[in-house]
Amino acid sequence: MMNDMRITERTMSNEIKIAAKGVDVFYGDTHAIKDVDVEIENKAVTAFIGPSGCGKSTFLRCINRMNDTIDVCRVSGDIHLEGEDIYAKDVDPVQLRARVGMVFQKPNPFPKSIYDNVAYGPKIHGLARNKAELDEIVEKSLRRAAIWDEVKDRLDAPGTGLSGGQQQRLCIGRAIATAPEVLLMDEPCSALDPIATAQVEELIDELRASYTVVIVTHSMQQAARVSQKTAFFHLGNLVEYGNTDMIFTNPSDSRTESYITGRIG
Amino acid sequence: MQDQHIASAFDRDLEGIQALIMKMGGMVETAISDASRALDMRDTELAEIVRKNDKAVDALEEEVVAEVARVIAVRAPTAGDLRTVLTVLKISANLERVGDYAKNLAKRTSVLSEMPMINGSGGSIRRMSKSVNLMLKDALDAYIQRDIDLAADVRQRDAEIDQMYNALFREFLTHMMEDPRNITACMHLHFIAKNLERMGDHVTSIAEQVIYLVTGEMPDEDREKKDRTAYVGTPDGA
Repeated sequence: MMNDMRITERTMSNEIKIAAKGVDVFYGDTHAIKDVDVEIENKAVTAFIGPSGCGKSTFLRCINRMNDTIDVCRVSGDIHLEGEDIYAKDVDPVQLRARVGMVFQKPNPFPKSIYDNVAYGPKIHGLARNKAELDEIVEKSLRRAAIWDEVKDRLDAPGTGLSGGQQQRLCIGRAIATAPEVLLMDEPCSALDPIATAQVEELIDELRASYTVVIVTHSMQQAARVSQKTAFFHLGNLVEYGNTDMIFTNPSDSRTESYITGRIG
Repeated sequence: MQDQHIASAFDRDLEGIQALIMKMGGMVETAISDASRALDMRDTELAEIVRKNDKAVDALEEEVVAEVARVIAVRAPTAGDLRTVLTVLKISANLERVGDYAKNLAKRTSVLSEMPMINGSGGSIRRMSKSVNLMLKDALDAYIQRDIDLAADVRQRDAEIDQMYNALFREFLTHMMEDPRNITACMHLHFIAKNLERMGDHVTSIAEQVIYLVTGEMPDEDREKKDRTAYVGTPDGA
């Protein structure tokens, strides 16, 4: 009877987009991620959950080498994107981040026009040959970010003048303008009201048709709503990783159950 | 796993709805034993009390449903907590049905006490109702103790109830064939036996909820079933 729940709209590609093996992360002497193995599925939403300081954001930032920007941070182990080692010497982190886009906790549009916010990435990566192509990329990205109708008449207005929820969708539009394969989202809704949150969640569900989405969230209900796979981190360990339906109805590790039912923080 | 929620009010909510279930279970156990005793002693006053008390069981079920709805809305329970509220909801429905059957037994007692006794049936029905009541007590104990072995045992014991019902079915047929004046009483007694058999099914369902609560999975449908009365009168079922 309960098993039937798991069949509904849970079709996944089952292809592996990102494969991490034996990943350790240190901040100076602090061992933040401990020997994590995980395989993230293509065109699915994977949620990372866990209490503050469990390492979920740290691990997320390994996937597009954002941790390179922190001097004391040391990453070891293997992370492959479509079979390529993203920590190989010949990989340019800037090019990598065009393939693995990121959306942050606080909406952070550039202090530029709405148009320029989205056009910036494609311009520096040379994705458009002329203005017409760039216009097309901007419109497509904003449409995909489900904000086009709200901003199409004021593309020259500053991005910072939008509401918080609109700013976040603008940032998602900006992230997908470089045609990434993976979207990393670090608490994308924590600064948004419930309506804006619902809009972003709806957007995430649409985005998984085209992208592999990895989302870090403190809201367990959000993880349950938007993801197909959930990974629970605790004290730097990946405690349990599996289908979201299973994690939230019948987790196998008692630490997972204690966390999702609100017994440990 | 940690026993207690960070939000202690959540623990109180869950304890509260489980306490309602136990209260309901206690009332239903009393209803079964009182209804059975009323039948045995031809005590129409006691039968009347059983009928009246069923309203309180129904009211408790409504209270459980309202509380479960509130807990789901406010706490959004997951995993074991989710299974707790789901099983509470189902068990309360099972108990309500068992209560109804006990009430029906009491109603028939008022009619039967005006009729001549049917030889030998009293003891069999008494034994059957005792077994059902013991199953119910064990199912509720299994629930509170989260004891899946006891729950599995309760499930298996339903076959004994089915067998008692089979035997009574044949006994009543014999009485009716012997003397048509027995038909009315035997029909009432047969419904009583049937109701007790159905109580056993609901108690079995409670035991299955215990297994689901603890393991997250419903038990396989492999237990023995002994109710063969559907085939009586066919060449195979004779």
